[in-house]
Amino acid sequence: MQLNHEELRRAYRTMRLIRDFEERLHLEFATGEIPGFVHLYAGEEASAVGVCMHLTDKDSIASTHRGHGHCIAKGCDTDAMMKEIYGRKEGLCGGKGGSMHIADLSKGMLGANGIVGGGPPLICGAALTAKVLQTGGVAVAFYGDGASNQGTTLESLNLAKVWDLPAIFVCEDNGYAESTSSSYAVAGSQIERARGFGIPAEEVDGFDFFAVHDAARTAIERARAGGGPSMIHVRLSRYYGHFEGDGMTYRGAGEVEALRAKEDCLKRFRTRVTEAALLPAAELDEIDRAAADQIESAVQNAKKAKPPTEADLLTDAYVAY
Amino acid sequence: MSRKSFRQAINEALRQEMRRDPRVVIMGEDVAGGAGSPGEDDAWGGVLGVTKGLVGEFGRQRVLDTPLSESAYVGAAAGAAATGLRPVAELMFVDFIGVCFDQIFNQAAKFRYMFGGHAVTPMVVRTMYGAGFRAASQHSQCLYPIVTHIPGLKVVIPSSAYEAKGLLIQAIRDDDPVIFFENKVQYDQEEEVPDDPYTIPFGEANLTREGDDLTIVAFGRMVQVANEAADRLARDGISCNVVDPRTTSPLDTGTILDCVADTGRLVIVDEASPRCNMATDVSALVAQEAFDALKAPIRMVCPPHVPVPFAPNLEDLYVPNADRVEAAVRAVMRHQGR
Amino acid sequence: MNQIVAITMPKFGLSMTEGKIASWARPEGTKIAVGDEIADIETTKITNAYESPVAGVLRRHVAHEQEDLPVGALIAVVADPAVPDAEIDAFVERFRAEFATRAPEAEAAAPEPRTVEVHGRPMRYLELGAEHEERPIVLIHGFGGDLNNWLFVQPGLAERNRVIALDLPGHGGSGRQVGAGDLGTLSAAVAGLLDSIDVPKAHLVGHSLGAAVALRTALDRPAHVASVTLVCPAGLGTEIDEAFTQDFITASRRKQLEPVLAKLFVDAGLVSRDMMEDLLRFKRLDGAREALTAIQNANFAGGQREVLRGRLGELGDIPVQVIWGAEDRIIPPQQAEGLPAGVAVHVLPGAGHMPHMEKAADVSRLIQAFVARAM
Repeated sequence: MQLNHEELRRAYRTMRLIRDFEERLHLEFATGEIPGFVHLYAGEEASAVGVCMHLTDKDSIASTHRGHGHCIAKGCDTDAMMKEIYGRKEGLCGGKGGSMHIADLSKGMLGANGIVGGGPPLICGAALTAKVLQTGGVAVAFYGDGASNQGTTLESLNLAKVWDLPAIFVCEDNGYAESTSSSYAVAGSQIERARGFGIPAEEVDGFDFFAVHDAARTAIERARAGGGPSMIHVRLSRYYGHFEGDGMTYRGAGEVEALRAKEDCLKRFRTRVTEAALLPAAELDEIDRAAADQIESAVQNAKKAKPPTEADLLTDAYVAY
Repeated sequence: MSRKSFRQAINEALRQEMRRDPRVVIMGEDVAGGAGSPGEDDAWGGVLGVTKGLVGEFGRQRVLDTPLSESAYVGAAAGAAATGLRPVAELMFVDFIGVCFDQIFNQAAKFRYMFGGHAVTPMVVRTMYGAGFRAASQHSQCLYPIVTHIPGLKVVIPSSAYEAKGLLIQAIRDDDPVIFFENKVQYDQEEEVPDDPYTIPFGEANLTREGDDLTIVAFGRMVQVANEAADRLARDGISCNVVDPRTTSPLDTGTILDCVADTGRLVIVDEASPRCNMATDVSALVAQEAFDALKAPIRMVCPPHVPVPFAPNLEDLYVPNADRVEAAVRAVMRHQGR
Repeated sequence: MNQIVAITMPKFGLSMTEGKIASWARPEGTKIAVGDEIADIETTKITNAYESPVAGVLRRHVAHEQEDLPVGALIAVVADPAVPDAEIDAFVERFRAEFATRAPEAEAAAPEPRTVEVHGRPMRYLELGAEHEERPIVLIHGFGGDLNNWLFVQPGLAERNRVIALDLPGHGGSGRQVGAGDLGTLSAAVAGLLDSIDVPKAHLVGHSLGAAVALRTALDRPAHVASVTLVCPAGLGTEIDEAFTQDFITASRRKQLEPVLAKLFVDAGLVSRDMMEDLLRFKRLDGAREALTAIQNANFAGGQREVLRGRLGELGDIPVQVIWGAEDRIIPPQQAEGLPAGVAVHVLPGAGHMPHMEKAADVSRLIQAFVARAM
């Protein structure tokens, strides 16, 4: 653990923001005010934050349909994100993308993605850009256990190794592809898959921010040093359904409650830093309050914001047509 | 200015743009060829030699041989384009689009709209199309209607070597994703092509013949077929416009409608399968916007609704030719209208 | 005089391979003199009045109107009325048989333009009549043009003179870097070209902008100039149709270009598909639009920028003539009025801004005679 005080605060604040953002969305979605599909990231925060703590705006990430956490971890503005999810003109994507396509290219966030397995090939491209233009940047593909079975993911592992790209593949294995367990749908092992391509791979406990952070540092430093791609298999869980409205009848009785009680990444982080006297509990409480305020104001601002105008229907399909 | 083949025109466009802009890279299966093998480097230069010689000038950092893995590298082209390169990905035969279509139509095509106008995705997918190579059902299709259907893509079908160079340079400089169709039967066709770089704007149809009696709209290689028919008909006193739209997206509807207004008769020649192709699209346009100008029903000259056959005699029956175009024009001219 | 003379399809410019009689101007049986217009000949580029190269009685229209014929094919027969029809029939038959066998050879020898580096930039020129020892004639096209603008003039002049048609910087096959693009820059490029192809002294013939360039070249390097012919010149007044030059630059399609080019001619029908296509292909080249814009801004923004009328006296004994289309809509022919007494002025009726295309024979004759006197 090599994080300084400010880095620890930032890690906790970002995880807390994601948690509050998602839990609030869970409540607001139930009111019927939010259109479309929403897939919540609550429970998985340590993964996004543990990886993205090592990245700057010149580095790219590709996300999944469960993308709010990656957005926040990569520095996207929570106000603009909330407005986007409400379908507002001032949203991050002008209200044209919504939850599943939320993106901010200026932050190197290449988008949540409605297509499972859509991101890994894109990240090969972003890594190629970094390599050809010698930006020193790296590119990270977050993908789930479901996407790990898509040809695009396997093809991308191969291409990244063949082209020796500064790419990191982060498999966020929350145990379920929709309602189907990874124990059923994933043959073999994630890290053996990567190693089969000659790519260094590591499995980490995704509830442990520090474990993810360490593994990510190794992989990202390797990529920046020209050492080619790496893969990290992050084992974690989601607290909510595949999408909001999913009754989660496929999950075991008390499964989520037990995880929340014993494994929760925010609780474990708090215990660790307070026990080691790295951050006092009062400071963490203050961060909690600030995060709650920030999300509250994001929701209120989003509710007040205006939807796109009729003219917006026809803009932005092309740069020029 | 000198005579160049369609193949040379494409190669020159790529070479000149790669010299001009270090962000331009090309990738695809065997675009250099011989990567990692004990024999010759630049062994193929593309399966039909179109990119031959580029790796020698620009190196393997910018001329990227790929695994046979269209999904990964076409998606990589999209990701590279969104992050600052200007990649030209070669999809050897458009028939292979099935294995990478998601990366084209759900990713590259939609970035800009989904991301609220903040994304710029200047990628080009070069791909071969068309029958006539005795290559049967999976290497001969004209799938440009399928990509024309997708908002966010631009679709280019050059009809000759001159057109190919100017349109490809435009495609590479264009900030939107472009699917660029090359007819493999035309690679050895030569004509005068300027040595210097030039661009032909998208969405501006070219009239390759001008006449008063009838308008023929044709796409890609079919422009030549239409020209041949028009020249024969001219000798019998039937004068035709031949419209080469150059791009199906954007489509120069103005020129098509103007020509129909002038002639009142329309024949469309499209090598793509007959349902939901460019011929039906243009027919619908004219029926809706220029019905009153028509003196006779529109005729479409297309292949039958079957896959491209292998046997040479069947393939020859399949592809529209000048005889069929000529017959269609004469049938329209004979029509006794209202 | 029982001689039978063949009149054949002429070659207007380098790229013409075939043409057709648009219409006969003289019926069979008419007596014609050298220089009489006997037919309008249409090529893919332009339609041009064709003047008889011989005198006699036009006995036979061999070519039918609207019939495509290769360059060199028999189009008419001139002979004395005493020659029997049967002999003329036999002549036509013989000519056709011989022509059929020799036609391919004639094409091989067509002269090609060449390119030289001038101040590190390529400049293209076409030289005809290199075998003549007389002082060369140098043809300088106008704004947006190229050496092909002289296609009806250069071959005829080359029968007696070495004739060099050039592409100005930013035009045709010359490089598209134009520097400041003003008359000083352009005339320096012309001087540089002439130096590098060993032309110490020449008769300069310029059209429009090219005329101003010729005049400026003569003022800057009088010892190198034998005479100056100004065709619809820029440089003699401030007025010019600036909308023309601007629209010329912005037009990117045939439909937009057609009305712009129509302003150049009295007969708008002369604007052909091929003429427009050639121009569009030029304008699509990288840098062409920028070059034209720089030249337009340097020379014509808000009217003509450099008026040389007041400096004509500085030319001393270098003869100057002015040829103008009476119906020029780009630069008013009134600017030919009030020039110094020594300047010969010819205003040609029936011509607009392109008399060297519309009244090519008249322009050729005026240049030929002027140059001969100034030798």
